[in-house]
Amino acid sequence: MKRVVIVAALAVTVGLAAATAAIGARHAGPTKLTVWVGWSAGKELITFKKVAAEYDKAHPDVTLDVVGGITDQKITAAIRAGNPPDVVSSFNSYDVGIYCGTGAWLDLKPFMARSHISTSIFPKATMYYTQYNGTRCALPLLADTYGLYYNTALFAKAHITHAPRTISELTADAKKLTQRNPDGSLKVVGLDPFIGFYENVPERWAQAYGAKYINAKGQSILGDQASWQKMMKWQKSLIDWYGYKNLVKFQAGLGDEFSASNGFETGKLAMNMDGEWRVAFIANEAKSLQYGTAPLPVDDAQPDLYGSGYINGTIIGLPKGGHNVDKAWQLVDYLTTNVHALAVLTNGLKNVPSTSASAKSKEIVPDAHFQTFIKVFNNPHSGTSPIMASGQSYTNLVQTFWQNYQAKGSKNLGADLKKLDSQLDAQVKQAGGGNGGGGVP
Amino acid sequence: MLLVLSPWLVGFSVFFGYPIVMAVYLSLNHYDLLSPPRWVGLANYRYLFTIDPQVGTAVKNTLWLVAVLVPAQVLFALGIALMLARARSGVGIFRTIFYLPALAPPVAATLGFVYILNPATGPVNAFLGHLGISGPLWFQDPAWAKPSLVALGLWGVGNTMVIFLAAVLDVPRHLYESAEIDGANWWQRLRWVTFPSISPVILFAVVLGVIQALQYFTQAYVAANIASGQASQAADVTAASLGYPQDSTLFYPVLLYQHGFADYQMGYASALSVVLLVVSFAVTLVIVANSRRWVHHTGAIR
Repeated sequence: MKRVVIVAALAVTVGLAAATAAIGARHAGPTKLTVWVGWSAGKELITFKKVAAEYDKAHPDVTLDVVGGITDQKITAAIRAGNPPDVVSSFNSYDVGIYCGTGAWLDLKPFMARSHISTSIFPKATMYYTQYNGTRCALPLLADTYGLYYNTALFAKAHITHAPRTISELTADAKKLTQRNPDGSLKVVGLDPFIGFYENVPERWAQAYGAKYINAKGQSILGDQASWQKMMKWQKSLIDWYGYKNLVKFQAGLGDEFSASNGFETGKLAMNMDGEWRVAFIANEAKSLQYGTAPLPVDDAQPDLYGSGYINGTIIGLPKGGHNVDKAWQLVDYLTTNVHALAVLTNGLKNVPSTSASAKSKEIVPDAHFQTFIKVFNNPHSGTSPIMASGQSYTNLVQTFWQNYQAKGSKNLGADLKKLDSQLDAQVKQAGGGNGGGGVP
Repeated sequence: MLLVLSPWLVGFSVFFGYPIVMAVYLSLNHYDLLSPPRWVGLANYRYLFTIDPQVGTAVKNTLWLVAVLVPAQVLFALGIALMLARARSGVGIFRTIFYLPALAPPVAATLGFVYILNPATGPVNAFLGHLGISGPLWFQDPAWAKPSLVALGLWGVGNTMVIFLAAVLDVPRHLYESAEIDGANWWQRLRWVTFPSISPVILFAVVLGVIQALQYFTQAYVAANIASGQASQAADVTAASLGYPQDSTLFYPVLLYQHGFADYQMGYASALSVVLLVVSFAVTLVIVANSRRWVHHTGAIR
């Protein structure tokens, strides 16, 4: 019924031409909608295809063609060539600034208005990383939140009774849990905070210290806050406790992050900061692992931050130049707002459901490990990284800076951070072609 | 005449002229690949020369390659060629052995090197460990990453080696004989007969080596991604591992790639490429001009 109403509304608003085309399309059989997604790991792609097949069955006017393993570069190339798929999705919300800013992904506001979708059905952080400067060119399709995974068997052995809640508890536990080989090399690492290792990037730890990237004007303010220095000094002191070279060598010997030989799954990392999807990976790859999940410990001076975490997620939208925009929008509408669809995806992918209603869905299989991340997602202090005109190169520059610091230290970290701020501002200005700014979170 | 020239003309304009003109044009524009180019004058060049915090690092790394990798490759290839030219038996086998690595695709060769040089699980450090030596971190250590790439470069030097071998074997025998009659020892024969005779080939190898060093990309890109341990992650994070570890493998073309294709700044990347073109051209001119002093073109009128 809803579909008929939409088609009728279309005929009135868009005019006779659209109506004729719609009739023509009906005669020609179902419309093929091509959907590009990033998932490529067997089970993940299968889950998405399952949801797509349900939609396919319920909508005889379309057939879906799901293509997995898509990267941002493929999306960009297809849009440039003028031959994009009908629906695109990306794991990378960092580049929303570019997609929305250039119009490469269509502004969804008119579509949402027509379908009576309010942004209030989505948690606030997800609404930030799917827009840029007021252009909403994407919607969240499940979200990722980060927390602490800890090995309860190793905890028991070290007589640790509960998950750490503050950075000082985390540090003490990490040291207690660390085991060395007779030659001094590392056998088990309590917690590896090395920037660039697995999921360790600055923005995820920044959350634990309440450290901000930009002010209300979109200017970088890393050098203006004591929190950045405090966080970086803590991280480096822990690395130095392991020994930088020891830790690098240990990491080189660990298995690949997205494989069954992941260091936490094999028990070589007693604690690890990771995303909610690890729950599903452990269930598939390391069934016997005894572990727990908790929010990431926070700065001792800011205990009220406990329970919050970093949020980002998969985004979905309509590329400029798509051929079946209205039918494509109906699919995006379904995938991002339908409680049943989100619940199936949540169960299969173990990603956080991205609407407030779907988070409470009875269909979601209860799982204590996973529940932690849904709570983090709904915590009011949880946040995300800034969406800037320079896209991912913004956070990459911060990451490079920190990687140099964790290796070599600094004589005057405060001054170096101030210099980094001016580099970041210059980069954003350059990326915007002289007139770009950042979006304010 | 034009008919005869036309295939070349078409090729030249399509694959050379047009890209250069476009690169120069785009370098004066703000161009993010997705919206139309917008004229910004020299802003990209200003950012390149005065602000971009990564350009200095990239230039230093690339100069390091020119200064270390190129001489090392030329000397190594020449050394093997001289050895092979003197060998009395088994020349064919050794020639094949030394040439074989050149057949390995660069990506595969780099993957192999990162694997065997893995500080924790690789056979090289395991072997060094048996000798009581604590091996370096190779591709994981900013001080060793570039030398590791040089090792990779030397291993795959077969092409240059074969060219040197042909040149060395081509030196007229009678020159050696007359030198010997004059009482020249091994070094003197090498210095005064072999080197002058093969100097045009050395020039060729140096010019080619320098240009390749200025364009060094594939091996650095692959090594950084694999060594950083993030290769299997969603492809969106590769940009973060370019230059790993600590920007020690951030060569100029890697930076160019990062800006053009990962950061959506094709206008700025074009400016970087125009500068690279000008520098390559200038360096080649300097080498060729300088070579008049040491390259002997047999039979050429000077």
